Amino acid sequence: MKQFLVNRDGQVSLAATIVSWGLVALLVCAVFSFAFSELRYGWNWNAIWQYRQKFVQGWLMTVAISAAALLVSLLLGLLTALARRSALLPLRYLSMLYVESVRGTPLLVQILILFYVVANAFGVDNRYLVGVLTLSLFAGAYLSEMIRSGIESIRDSQLESARAIGLTRAQTYRYVIFPQVVRQLVPPLTGQFASIIKDSSLLSIIAVSEFTLNAQEVNAFTYSTLESYLPLAAGYLLLTLPISLASRALERRFHYAT
Amino acid sequence: MRLEFRAIGKAFGELQALRDVTLNVAEFQSLAIIGPSGGGKTTLLRIIAGLETPETGQLSIDGQRLDFSEASLLLHRRSIGTVFQAYNLFPHLTARQNVMLPLVKVHDVAVGEARAIVDSLFERFQLSAHADRHPAELSGGQQQRVAIVRAIAIKPRFLIFDEPTSALDPEMTAEVLDFIAELRADGRNLIIVTHNMGFAREVSDHCLFIADGRVLEEGRSSELFSRPQNPLLVNFLAKVLRY
Repeated sequence: MKQFLVNRDGQVSLAATIVSWGLVALLVCAVFSFAFSELRYGWNWNAIWQYRQKFVQGWLMTVAISAAALLVSLLLGLLTALARRSALLPLRYLSMLYVESVRGTPLLVQILILFYVVANAFGVDNRYLVGVLTLSLFAGAYLSEMIRSGIESIRDSQLESARAIGLTRAQTYRYVIFPQVVRQLVPPLTGQFASIIKDSSLLSIIAVSEFTLNAQEVNAFTYSTLESYLPLAAGYLLLTLPISLASRALERRFHYAT
Repeated sequence: MRLEFRAIGKAFGELQALRDVTLNVAEFQSLAIIGPSGGGKTTLLRIIAGLETPETGQLSIDGQRLDFSEASLLLHRRSIGTVFQAYNLFPHLTARQNVMLPLVKVHDVAVGEARAIVDSLFERFQLSAHADRHPAELSGGQQQRVAIVRAIAIKPRFLIFDEPTSALDPEMTAEVLDFIAELRADGRNLIIVTHNMGFAREVSDHCLFIADGRVLEEGRSSELFSRPQNPLLVNFLAKVLRY
């Protein structure tokens, strides 16, 4: 029994790890196989198989949209984090307003307003463009706070040293602040990427043909709800699980580096 | 080198750190600034280092009047070497990279040449074994020695030390003070704020005693320490030398 307890050093044996995982898997399988058997559901995987191409296309679109949104949100987060520290008050307040209003409202509402009101008013009707921008605005607000707290975590004594050796303000950011912020940012950034991937499913409401919308369409064509949504869940896990594992590995690596 | 202060005043909010400091410090090679904590010695040092701007007054170094605009102060800071109490080094860079950074990015020395400069300085000051370590992997004394090497690598006009050993234990203090004494023996110009009176007396040829925002006494260190005149200095020395 003792082998199943994590000791103070946090060390566990391989055997205990395997057996424990086995137990967990057994429990989860038991619960779900019971639930599904009670359902008496007439499975029809053949109907779904015909639409496999749609799943693949939707999945690839989700990957593309999420990757684009990650890049744009990183840029937005960086700019607004700097704006938040700017000496110019209106710029600082704009950044605060952006971060607080985006973090305080549901993404669903943001998508609807930005697409049907804002984009419409400005004559932008490319829903993919609006989709990526909305997702970027959303994630950018969270990244902005991460970057800001990263910058603020740099000790004053380092900024003082940077001044003393004659670095300009720009050089101080370039050679002293950013390298350290980036290092801190890598683990939460990977987590943010996983969030963006899941959040992109909401773009289905403005008919962006991503993974979730494709699954909904297959369901509508085949009336096979579970057969449509189970692959959907698996498809998201296929993306988010490796990212989550990578995030943890990076966290460990940077933890030892300091 | 020579220093001339003319009516220098500096306040931090309510606190008047320096009051109308006017003084010609005669030719010196190594100047120690001593005095009680909060008396204004660090503020004066930071003004000399170009890190702080006085509200009033003028400062001339070697007959050259210092212009307190940010652009000239940047150039001024680049021409001198400053070492603080602690945390001088950037934690994400190795010891070698820390020293190379100002050489390459501020003083436009080619990377290969900068590396050669750093390696020969590390060799000379027994730091070669630590060149590729990050600050967190070095002792406090080693960190300060690397910081001093960074300050001298740029061939500064003079060096400024702000209580360079106050965060160190006695053994490391000796290691760093030996290093500074060696720099003095090399003929470098130094200005040092220190709480270590024995060291101040040994390493400096001139000394300022600052308390309550004023320079209360100045003179050759040999004189000042053996025959202090101002009662506050007499009192101060009696107190700090008691143990």
